[in-house]
Amino acid sequence: MEIKVENLCKSYDGVQVLKNVSFTAGPGVTCVMAPSGAGKTTLLRILLGLERPDSGNVRGTAEGRFAAVFQEDRLLEQLDAMENLGFVLGGELNQAGAESLLAELGLSGEHGKPVREYSGGMKRRLALARALLVPFDALVLDEPFTGLDEENRKHAIACIRSRTAGKPVLLVTHSRDDAAGLDAQTVVLEL
Amino acid sequence: MRRETGTSHHMRLWAVAFWLLVWQAGSMVLRAAYPHGALLLASPLSAVLRLTELAGTASFWKAVGWSALRILGGFALACVAAVLLAALAAGSRRFRELLYPLVAAVKAVPVASFIILALVWLDAENLSLFIAALMVFPTVYLNVLAGIEATDGKLLEMAKVFQVPLSRRLRGIYAPQVLPYFRSAVSLGLGLCWKAGIAAEVIGLPAGSMGERLYTAKVYFQTPDLFAWTVVIVGVSVVFERLFLWGVDALVRKAGAGWK
Repeated sequence: MEIKVENLCKSYDGVQVLKNVSFTAGPGVTCVMAPSGAGKTTLLRILLGLERPDSGNVRGTAEGRFAAVFQEDRLLEQLDAMENLGFVLGGELNQAGAESLLAELGLSGEHGKPVREYSGGMKRRLALARALLVPFDALVLDEPFTGLDEENRKHAIACIRSRTAGKPVLLVTHSRDDAAGLDAQTVVLEL
Repeated sequence: MRRETGTSHHMRLWAVAFWLLVWQAGSMVLRAAYPHGALLLASPLSAVLRLTELAGTASFWKAVGWSALRILGGFALACVAAVLLAALAAGSRRFRELLYPLVAAVKAVPVASFIILALVWLDAENLSLFIAALMVFPTVYLNVLAGIEATDGKLLEMAKVFQVPLSRRLRGIYAPQVLPYFRSAVSLGLGLCWKAGIAAEVIGLPAGSMGERLYTAKVYFQTPDLFAWTVVIVGVSVVFERLFLWGVDALVRKAGAGWK
């Protein structure tokens, strides 16, 4: 799968946040870097089909299934980790596979604990686990390492690398280290 | 200044006992002051004794069942209609605008006007069902609509991206959000529907209803019966409110679990 973004423009209340953005994201990690307010999240929302661009095209997304780590964790706070995964995966949930990934991300032993009792970093790792467990054709990651300490960040990067081979991954981050850790091709958005 | 803390909104046994004593004293004073003072205000003791007598008769339970069936039937119908229409209204601004004057009118018009008007259209037997439904509908509709509108849009977006089917969205996102609103509507609506339903029976006088028994007690100055039936109405209303809330709470707990 290949995602082609062509001359994408988007404005809110007369303020242009995306101006003629073009790039191609093939297999591997494409990192979108830009200053705050430059429309990184808007770009991802358009790719996910949550917003329409004012003009321009996104090709290659219609036939694929996306998974995402959003800017916010967007977890069901009353449920525990496995229930959150079950909510998204339904009958596709492989319990053993899910437990293995949760363990890799340092979330084993939290059985039955509602997500509202998790720390910010734990929620972030669970949001990443959810995205990695869903069968997807392309993965969108909006600041996925926010709130993670160095060790957890390394584990998260390892999990992303091992589970996204051959698929396009769009990563939004402010950290050049994160991009380097994932061998990302970098696209810079300008204000 | 020290502020008093505690659950001042809860009913305390000592306060109930105090007001029962005031009631007893009032009936004794009236009995002493007038030859037929007992007719004006039956004592709590005579009301309880009469209630015990009534509870031993089959006609008492028939009347309770007759009224409960219709009033709770109206309540259930109103809940189903209100939830369905609130779901439609949440999805369509035009539909919400269309329903608004109707809901506002039902809320504003006095229940007695509706009862008299409904008597022109319906027979007395179905009056309490219709009136109970009419009184409960706006409360449940508005609360459920508020609950749906307060649902976290970011969670809905997440479910859309992950292609979560509607049945799971209803259970995982909408139900935990809407059920607390529905719970508060049920709590308010059940009290309303019993008051309005019995008022409809007192005016329509369907044979075998609690309202008819209440009216008969008034016509024949059977004040112990009047108080006994009033106690029964309040008691039945409270029992059903507890039962429904228990059911809704079980649903809330169920909505917070699953998919392992």
